[in-house]
Amino acid sequence: MAFFKKSPWIIHYDGSSCNGCDIEVLACLTPLYDVERFGVVNTGNPKHADIFLITGAVNSQNVDVIKNIYSQIPEPKAVIAIGICAVSGNIFRDCYNIIGGIDKVIPVDVYVPGCAARPEAIIDGVVQALGVLEKKYSDLKSGKLNENKQALV
Amino acid sequence: MTLNIIFVILYFIFAPLLGGLFAGLDRVVSARMQGRVGPPVFQPFYDVFKLLGKQNFTVNRFHSYYLVCYLLFAVLNGAQLYLACLFNADDILFVIFTLTLADIFLVMAAYSAGSPYSFIGAERELFQMLVAEPLLLITAFGFYMATKSFDVVKIYSADHMLFLSLPGIFIGFVFVLTIKFRKSPFDLATSHHAHQELVKGLTTEFSGPTLALFEIAHWFEVVMLLGIVFLFFASSPLLGLIITVLTYFATILIDNTYARFKLHLTFEVAWIATLILGGGNLMVLYFLKLVNG
Repeated sequence: MAFFKKSPWIIHYDGSSCNGCDIEVLACLTPLYDVERFGVVNTGNPKHADIFLITGAVNSQNVDVIKNIYSQIPEPKAVIAIGICAVSGNIFRDCYNIIGGIDKVIPVDVYVPGCAARPEAIIDGVVQALGVLEKKYSDLKSGKLNENKQALV
Repeated sequence: MTLNIIFVILYFIFAPLLGGLFAGLDRVVSARMQGRVGPPVFQPFYDVFKLLGKQNFTVNRFHSYYLVCYLLFAVLNGAQLYLACLFNADDILFVIFTLTLADIFLVMAAYSAGSPYSFIGAERELFQMLVAEPLLLITAFGFYMATKSFDVVKIYSADHMLFLSLPGIFIGFVFVLTIKFRKSPFDLATSHHAHQELVKGLTTEFSGPTLALFEIAHWFEVVMLLGIVFLFFASSPLLGLIITVLTYFATILIDNTYARFKLHLTFEVAWIATLILGGGNLMVLYFLKLVNG
């Protein structure tokens, strides 16, 4: 099925980002980059989404929120960590409240480093996530991957 | 008999195809109005096929049954209008009642979920139905006043252009069309675009195949409602087609140029339009009938 490649719907969550990466994510939707050309829709609703974009590091306040959103996205799904904070925690990694990169909490499929990550890099990350979606879909069909039956939280 | 079967097959092929194409054109034209290139015209079909391949999260046992009922009644609703020749004296009133029934199933699907967003979306959808219903009924009465019949086939084959005797009702119907299409300024229950304050309102709890059912049913609804627009100009089909497309373009233009109305403003504006355009038109027809004896 090639349809996952043609209509990736996105949900964006701001972990503890400085808003730099968030602005770049939103810049992708503006007329200059216009990701809707590729069928990308910013849904704002995890139950409609295929790709989970997270900016900023995980802290002890939002760890449950991230797990909750992740568990509400129907399979097949992909997670993209955007910006160096989401990838590894960056300069905040030693802070008392920071747990680290997103992969400390949920499995991450694509890493997009940068401070802030440029829109071109974000679009490239989404394109790579499409391959992940396709693979997960075929794994689901062949029974290698189980549908998530219960919430992580 | 074979001709009838061909009609049925044509309906089941072309109604969703046209509905999806209209939805795709909507997205392209909206994007161009916003200075963007926009998705391919067939994007809604890609979306629906993708959604059918996703995992289905249903919040309870009844959730998807209600949506299947919504789809069934939306299909039946279009069939009542487009396949009217198959039914013996098919009533335009039934068309409007079936539309309401289909929407009621949608509202029940949204109510059956626990999510507060879905719940408020369902309440607003009920409110929008309340706001739109009088004019839809007045449209049926207007057709009756103009043709002396509720029969869809007789309305279709009326000897004069119905728009000429029902101009007020036509404008009122186009007004109500934006409510029924759930487009801005009346996208209170759910929105076609990204975020709103209710997340996705009515459709918040639909995921994967259930959301695909909702989309397909909405295509049928759109095609049915545009069919009623066509009925106003049925005596000259070419003009009818042009006006139908223009009407759809007008709803897209309004969608892109208006901010969302509040509930009370929606109510006031729509019912005042109904009273003046719909009620006024009916009264004029009545007096003309009295004068002409």
